[in-house]
Amino acid sequence: MSEDLRAPVAFTVMAVLLAIVGFTQSWSVSLSVINLCIISSIMAIGVNLQWGYGGLFNAGVMGFTALGGLTAVLVSHDPIYEAWDKAGVGIVISAIIFVLSITALLFVFRNIENKQIRNTLIILIIVFGLIGINNFYGPSIDIIESINPAKTGFLGGLGLPIIFSWLIAAVVAGLVAWVIGKITLRLRSDYLAIATLGISEIVIAVVKHEDWLSRGVKNVSGLDRPVPYEIELQQSEWFLNLVERINFSKLEAMQSLSSRQDLLNDLVINSSGIFVKLCYAGLFFSVLLLIFYLSQLALNSPWGRMLRAIRDNEEAASAMGKNIFAQHLQIFIIGSAIIGIAGAMLTTLDGQFTPGSYRPLRFTFIIWLMVIIGGSGNNLGSIFGGFFIWFIWIEAEPLSIGFMNMLAGGLEYDNPLRMHLLGSAAHLRLFIMGLLLLLALRFMPRGVIPEKIQKK
Amino acid sequence: MENFEFINAIVLLSNFVIVPALSYGSQLALATLSLTIIYGVLRFSNFAQADWMSFGTMATILFTWLFQSIGITAGILPTALLALPFAIIVTALFCLLIDRSVYSFYRKQKSQPIVLMIVSVGVMFILQAVVRFIIGPNDRKFFDGEKYIVHALDFKNYFGLEEGLTIKSTQLITVIVALIAMISLFYFLQKTKLGKSMRAYSNNEDLALLSGINPEKIVIVTWIISSILITTAGVLYGLDKSFKPFTYFNLLLPMFAAAIVGGIGSPIGAVIGGYVIAFSEITLTYAYKKFFVYLLPENLEPLGLMQVLSTDYKFAISFIILVIVLIVRPTGIVRGKII
Repeated sequence: MSEDLRAPVAFTVMAVLLAIVGFTQSWSVSLSVINLCIISSIMAIGVNLQWGYGGLFNAGVMGFTALGGLTAVLVSHDPIYEAWDKAGVGIVISAIIFVLSITALLFVFRNIENKQIRNTLIILIIVFGLIGINNFYGPSIDIIESINPAKTGFLGGLGLPIIFSWLIAAVVAGLVAWVIGKITLRLRSDYLAIATLGISEIVIAVVKHEDWLSRGVKNVSGLDRPVPYEIELQQSEWFLNLVERINFSKLEAMQSLSSRQDLLNDLVINSSGIFVKLCYAGLFFSVLLLIFYLSQLALNSPWGRMLRAIRDNEEAASAMGKNIFAQHLQIFIIGSAIIGIAGAMLTTLDGQFTPGSYRPLRFTFIIWLMVIIGGSGNNLGSIFGGFFIWFIWIEAEPLSIGFMNMLAGGLEYDNPLRMHLLGSAAHLRLFIMGLLLLLALRFMPRGVIPEKIQKK
Repeated sequence: MENFEFINAIVLLSNFVIVPALSYGSQLALATLSLTIIYGVLRFSNFAQADWMSFGTMATILFTWLFQSIGITAGILPTALLALPFAIIVTALFCLLIDRSVYSFYRKQKSQPIVLMIVSVGVMFILQAVVRFIIGPNDRKFFDGEKYIVHALDFKNYFGLEEGLTIKSTQLITVIVALIAMISLFYFLQKTKLGKSMRAYSNNEDLALLSGINPEKIVIVTWIISSILITTAGVLYGLDKSFKPFTYFNLLLPMFAAAIVGGIGSPIGAVIGGYVIAFSEITLTYAYKKFFVYLLPENLEPLGLMQVLSTDYKFAISFIILVIVLIVRPTGIVRGKII
């Protein structure tokens, strides 16, 4: 197949697959899959910028996603004034001590030549910093966590509309990426992978265990929404009229008035769910389009060409006077910021922040699959990868159960082998994912929608 | 009893810090060695290594069950030690099968290390599926035999101290087996012809090929050694604690940290890195309050727990150390690179 045709064919196939889910399962399910597909695509674009344009292997996608999620909580949740009143000062002081110690450490590290003095100073700063922080931090968090622990027990957030968090998440993720990049980007490529993998674990450890900040594994639920609630819709006049008008013929066919009313009620409940999901889909899709448009612009600009030149031949680009480290840092920050946005969107969609749910397999390696199978270096490919892999990830479970049932077809109902096969069906999707990745790397290393090589 | 304060403090520290760290460190050192051997000879960071560990341990558990069901046990020692050689054979064969069907293609293409690393992510998925499919995702204990060598209560009574020292038999087994494995590995690498050719191949592939070293043979030997080390490490860890695929997957991170901290590609570095990571994980999260209560006079007793980091961060410590090493000395403690 010619490479120009691949993208339209791939997206048509994807649309048909989603439509099949819509017709066979329900449109509500199909829409939920689509929403997560869009978020996955955005993450995949972020990773694609880093890997496809910059050649950087970021194995810390999960960390940036969680940062995005945390930002969503901190921006949208109402502030807990009581906690701030009683312990805000302590937290602020320990934060100041923390920042001061880090600054002092950096200063000593950079400016003092004598090794002995330097090491003594470093140790002194760490010891006194720790003592100082422990003095203020421990008591403060005890107070914060004791205030209404069942419901809040944390500092709360800014109380702004959650949609702002998408932007702020980009800034937060970008800042963290700047720090990580400063540390790791001078090293070899696989060091970057290992270091980012580790740092993302640290981020998760922090959001899981710093209850005063994120409520930890007690989760934050009931975040506000950028779209209307189902229950509001069901009570509003215009929505009822809309549903009635759309389903006019169905309702007319009803004989009695009461059955007509029952049908209408059912329809309103169903449609309100679908309407909410459509609203989300609309919002997410606009973000996706915007990010896609901007990344395409960047890719085709002189800046994008320079990045690809660096990716393809670092020495040559360096000889042409390009600052490799600075460019890598830029692309690393931009890619991570995009992942941060997606993380905030995910938490917005869920309406809750659950630190325990961040697993590297789901949030790092699956995203990598999307980029590689979709076609690294091509944003359209990443979007397709996001849709396709997420679709498989979701639909693999019912398919595996079907497959196992087929395997165990001849066996009796309570046969232990049959029970084992059905019980392990859920693990088959890991196998499918691994197999897809290996097959793609072997037979289609450039992905489904490969990078276009510009000849000019 | 006052004169024993110092001894009490030392016993306390040994019981909660030194003994556990020594055995965890030995397990980690073996696992890191296998990662390092793969890195040094095949030149890629193998993300699937922790899942090879699960696979090897799973095979051992299956053989243990088989032996137990036909009535073979090792007396006071765990049956798993008898099962270990068989499990190693199975693991090595499966490793070689995966190498033939997956990795060898990229080796012939002379792909970049990063491509091999991504390939290993694919292998990781498949191994996780296989292990969970065969034995399930749950926690399993497969330890049998005599549990304790020194029991806290006996120790207390015997020496008349306030603090007891517990040494589990698995801890002693771990240290002994790890020592044997390390000594034989270093002997193999330094003294035998095959080991020397492996180091030569790792050092300079082209020169090694010119001097008539058969690369395929080197690759096979590398996978076999890696399987021996990783299966042993996994079994020792599982005997000491328990076997759970997800916990094993999480060991990947300390393994990488240990490899880099010690100096990636250097076997000595891997051993040092393993112990450094294990000791820091345990020493930094231990609450020293009681320790200082024994040592200091009454009016100087500490108020807090005297804990540097909460145990919640046990897991993150290896990375904090990794980050510090990356900043201060990116080549690691032993300047690594070749095996």
